[in-house]
Amino acid sequence: MIGVRRLLAVLHARNLEFLRDRSTLVFTLLLPVMLVIGLSFVFGGPERPLFKVGVLAARIAREAHPFLHERYIEFIAMPERNQALHKLTHQQIDLLLELGQPPVYWVNTDSPKGYIVEKLLLAAAPDAHRQPVTGAALRYIDWLFPGILGMNMMFSCLFGVGYVVLRYRKSGFLKRLHATPLSAFEFLSAQVLSRMTLIVFVTVILYVGIAAIIRFHSAGSILLLVILAILGALSMIALGLTVAARFSSEELVGGMLNLLTWPMMLLSGIWFSLEGSPPWVQWVAHIFPLTHVLDGARAVMLDGAGLAQIAPNLLFLAATALAFLAFGAWSFRWRID
Amino acid sequence: MSTPIIEVRDLVKQYPATTAVAGVSFSVPPGMCFGLLGPNGAGKTTTVEIMEGILPPTTGEVRYRGEPLGARFREEAGILFQRTALQDFLTVRQSIALFRGLYGRGLEVDEVIRLCTLEKLAGRDARKLSGGQQQRLLLAIALVNDPTLLFLDEPTTGLDPQARRNFWELVRAIKAQRKTIILTTHYMEEAELLCDEIVILDRGRIVAQGAPRRLLRDHFAEVLLELPRQEFPERARTLPLKIIDTSDRVEITTDDLEGALRTLLDAHVPLTNLRIRPANLEDLFLELTGTELRP
Repeated sequence: MIGVRRLLAVLHARNLEFLRDRSTLVFTLLLPVMLVIGLSFVFGGPERPLFKVGVLAARIAREAHPFLHERYIEFIAMPERNQALHKLTHQQIDLLLELGQPPVYWVNTDSPKGYIVEKLLLAAAPDAHRQPVTGAALRYIDWLFPGILGMNMMFSCLFGVGYVVLRYRKSGFLKRLHATPLSAFEFLSAQVLSRMTLIVFVTVILYVGIAAIIRFHSAGSILLLVILAILGALSMIALGLTVAARFSSEELVGGMLNLLTWPMMLLSGIWFSLEGSPPWVQWVAHIFPLTHVLDGARAVMLDGAGLAQIAPNLLFLAATALAFLAFGAWSFRWRID
Repeated sequence: MSTPIIEVRDLVKQYPATTAVAGVSFSVPPGMCFGLLGPNGAGKTTTVEIMEGILPPTTGEVRYRGEPLGARFREEAGILFQRTALQDFLTVRQSIALFRGLYGRGLEVDEVIRLCTLEKLAGRDARKLSGGQQQRLLLAIALVNDPTLLFLDEPTTGLDPQARRNFWELVRAIKAQRKTIILTTHYMEEAELLCDEIVILDRGRIVAQGAPRRLLRDHFAEVLLELPRQEFPERARTLPLKIIDTSDRVEITTDDLEGALRTLLDAHVPLTNLRIRPANLEDLFLELTGTELRP
């Protein structure tokens, strides 16, 4: 039986401790803001003056149509129609062409470059049949934005809680709590909830601030993103606690937390998409909670995905949160052995 | 005799390289201040931590009100550890409120603050307290559940004499409420002043148990003579006296003061720095174990 009163007492005290530790609080807020501002300068410059036209075919055969001889246009073979339309929607290509009698083309009416390429196509193929689509351009910074938020969450979840529990154990504070009716599960739940509240709060502030700076608008529900952030934070905090639940050496815990964060940094898709990487890499990546946070967030923010589409991600995060928390409570040590 | 509030039966605690507690049994009736005395390594803190439910014993058991330690014990026991860190950035009041929230029953936070004379410090960061103030805060936390059984593990170690005396006054006030207190200490004055009964531990075993005055009466003659060790000639060691060496003194216990003085004078032992005093608990420990009772 969980003592709600005991859990709330520890939760309140932990919240006070975090909020009064000004230097940590400021650092938590400042680091990702600085990172995103820097990246927006790096990636926010003008696009390359090259038009990209997708051709629905396994390969490009230049002789198939005179339009395929146009200069300053890169023609890309795209065998998969839905994938090609998705890229057109995000303005990753400027026009999609299917050669036939007559040719059919899809153009993004929100894209200025699409407008120009359409003129070039109609000059070469006046009978081409038009299929309009809409969708704002996907900049790298837009794609990176969920990754930055997720990375900040990951560090805050794993290191924030892990080192706090380690500090409590080394100082003897945990030993003192052990002499009270507080259970390990109540203590860990309070730590998880405290950190989760703070992380979601900080993530919302960062989202609002950074979205304003880079002029980003989510295609999907903000509420769904908040649910995703809550479950993602719970899962990653609980993961950090499984490491900190037992050990008393800062070096060991630091090493183990690094062992978790670095693969996530590389394989969860913070910086680049894993699309096209070997299947085993993608399989390994999906072990990590951060991969599910980022997959879900990008689906909602960029493609406007709903609850049904990201339900597998949410379920994975909820299940791992409970499993990690249960393991942490089972293996928990109140004092240094 | 009333039912013991806490009972220790055949307690053994073994570590790979050593046996910290080697078969300790005693019981504590309610309302008593019970002292555990012993030097470092005697098994005193290990025994207390097993009694507190912090350490599991290798064999043996601890029973609270006739039952194994459980939820009731955790609700009704108050503990002041030898060294305890509190959560950072909390005030004195918030630290007490945190622990008050962990118990289903207890005193109001303001009442505990008043009881431990912390009124003027209630809003201060708990990390910025002096040693004596810190111990008063830890005592307040130990009292927050209005415990029937209070453990005080070396509560005045490291305090200056004034702070120590202030702390003793607080403990005496708690004792007057008929609470049971388990006290471990290195300070004999503290044990003599506060404890109704003591056990003396050495190498994990009980070497003596009883009321301090009765133990002294049982083990000692009326007086004890002290001489500086460097002034005590080697030839005098063969005299028909009960002589014990300490680090800087030679102690002679006797129930015939005149006779002992005459023997020393006949042997030309210098008596300029002779001191005559009644025996205390430290002498008792020395008598029983041959080791000085010092931290």
